[in-house]
Amino acid sequence: MDWDALSLSLRLAACTALILLPLGVAAARVLAWGRFRGRGVLEALLTVPLVLPPTVLGFYLLGSFDAGAPVGALWRALTGGTLNFSFAGLLAASVLANLPFAILPMQRAFESIARNVREAAWCSGLSAWATLWRIELPLAWPGLLSGMVLTFAHTLGEFGVVLMVGGNIPGETRTLSIAIYDRTQAFDDRAAGIMSATLLGFSFLVVWGVYLLDRRMRGRRG
Amino acid sequence: MAEPGLDVTLAQDAPIPLAVRLACAPGELLALVGPSGSGKTTVLRTIAGLYRPRDGHVRCNGETWLDTAAGVHRPAQQRRAGLVFQDYALFPHLTVLHNVTAALGHLPRARRRARAEALLDQVNLAGLEDRHPQTLSGGQQQRVAIARALAREPGVLLLDEPFSAVDQVTRRKLRRELAALRTALQAPVVLVTHDLEEAAMLADRLCILHHGETLQSGPPRDVLARPDSMQVARLVDLRNVFEGRVHDHDAAAGVTRIEWRGRLLEARHRPDLPAGAAVSWVIPSAAVILHRRDRPSRGERENPVAGVVESLVPLGENASLDLRVDGPSGESIALSVPLHVAERNALSVGADARVSLRADAIHLMPAGGA
Repeated sequence: MDWDALSLSLRLAACTALILLPLGVAAARVLAWGRFRGRGVLEALLTVPLVLPPTVLGFYLLGSFDAGAPVGALWRALTGGTLNFSFAGLLAASVLANLPFAILPMQRAFESIARNVREAAWCSGLSAWATLWRIELPLAWPGLLSGMVLTFAHTLGEFGVVLMVGGNIPGETRTLSIAIYDRTQAFDDRAAGIMSATLLGFSFLVVWGVYLLDRRMRGRRG
Repeated sequence: MAEPGLDVTLAQDAPIPLAVRLACAPGELLALVGPSGSGKTTVLRTIAGLYRPRDGHVRCNGETWLDTAAGVHRPAQQRRAGLVFQDYALFPHLTVLHNVTAALGHLPRARRRARAEALLDQVNLAGLEDRHPQTLSGGQQQRVAIARALAREPGVLLLDEPFSAVDQVTRRKLRRELAALRTALQAPVVLVTHDLEEAAMLADRLCILHHGETLQSGPPRDVLARPDSMQVARLVDLRNVFEGRVHDHDAAAGVTRIEWRGRLLEARHRPDLPAGAAVSWVIPSAAVILHRRDRPSRGERENPVAGVVESLVPLGENASLDLRVDGPSGESIALSVPLHVAERNALSVGADARVSLRADAIHLMPAGGA
């Protein structure tokens, strides 16, 4: 068992989910309720990572994270470091790759809130901010939680983007799935097996947990 | 110069055409009536600050909520408009009590609970504070919505089709409660409905809306008996609408005589309509008086019309009659008589009958469209 890899994977998954929570809520609300030109294009763009081969996404990110490209140069100017083959770059790639996993369930959750419930809140004197905290989030939280859990689980298992952008640096970019690949290549079936079983068990627990939560929510509302 | 009450004018061509002018005094109940799609809800939403028209103003108790010319558009949060949505729009995750306290943000935290309980008591919901909306009946949900709307101490109470989602019995009960509530309320109340009967029953004034345009407002009796135009007459579903021609005026007697199918009828005096002008005229069916067979009276000289009963439909304690007028025209007049009167006069389909059309109830309008 590569404990470094496991800890790195958990860290990456947690950070990705935490960054995507406010980002996802903001994007999901805009997509759920906004009516503006280019909405369809934006929605499609945000969903592309769902169908794009991860290696393709990784390929483009590798190029734009390069110190010679604007994004990479900006990052270097701000922090002095590089994005490619670093945890920061891995995190940035992971956030982009997980946009649809976070946003889609959140968007569905916000869409399910009737428009006039929000209007009733405004007419009751609740500011937009108070409406978000007291009406929208309490109604949408199962969707937000689903988005976070899916993001977390998907990040744990991500392989293509991680390999392209992060490579295989122990303690910095070698995540659990990279480690499994690495061990399999080295004919270390036992280590690969233990790590695979860990991921399998964890994935099952996550999905089971989401279903349980969902059922409890429905029971409470029913 | 704070004028009490509500004063609204709205104008725009698109996307929803609006030409609205209405006013509602404190303590007055104004019913905005029109068919579905006539823009009633849009008018309410504009008053509440949920819709922004191109031109217009909304003033309430001296405050300007909207003035497009001056660039004023207060957000809904700053309008103190109590809006009861058609489907109530309660907060599903909050208890009844918290649905109401959510609208009490203007009170200190410590006083909200007591105020909410008082409001729930006022709408007869005491004891249900801890329930969730989806466990309540439609009528109870509506009361929560009203309590929530009243919580803000609104400058105007707006009700969007408040009785459309409940059964008949509940509807009658809620109507009585609303009638009682508004006497206790010193705010203008605007009620939107497509139900003319309901509007006439509850409202001090009716405002007829059609394709976003307010056509006529006034006390229900006036609007229903004396529509300004044929369009209003059709919208308020008047049954006795006929075409005629002005014959002459008798200012001394206070009548205008019209020709109708070869007869002369006396009508309410309308000196503004010149002799010879084509007119439409209406008469409420309640002003069509059946002549008794056994005991003729003097009233029978007033616009007498003879005909044959074409149909007779008992409706509760009354019978609704159509009388085909004698002569080649083939027109019929609708009237309603108590069932026992119909029986005593041996009225049945095919029987002869005579009626009088009360002159002061015959209302003339310029012929044709508007």
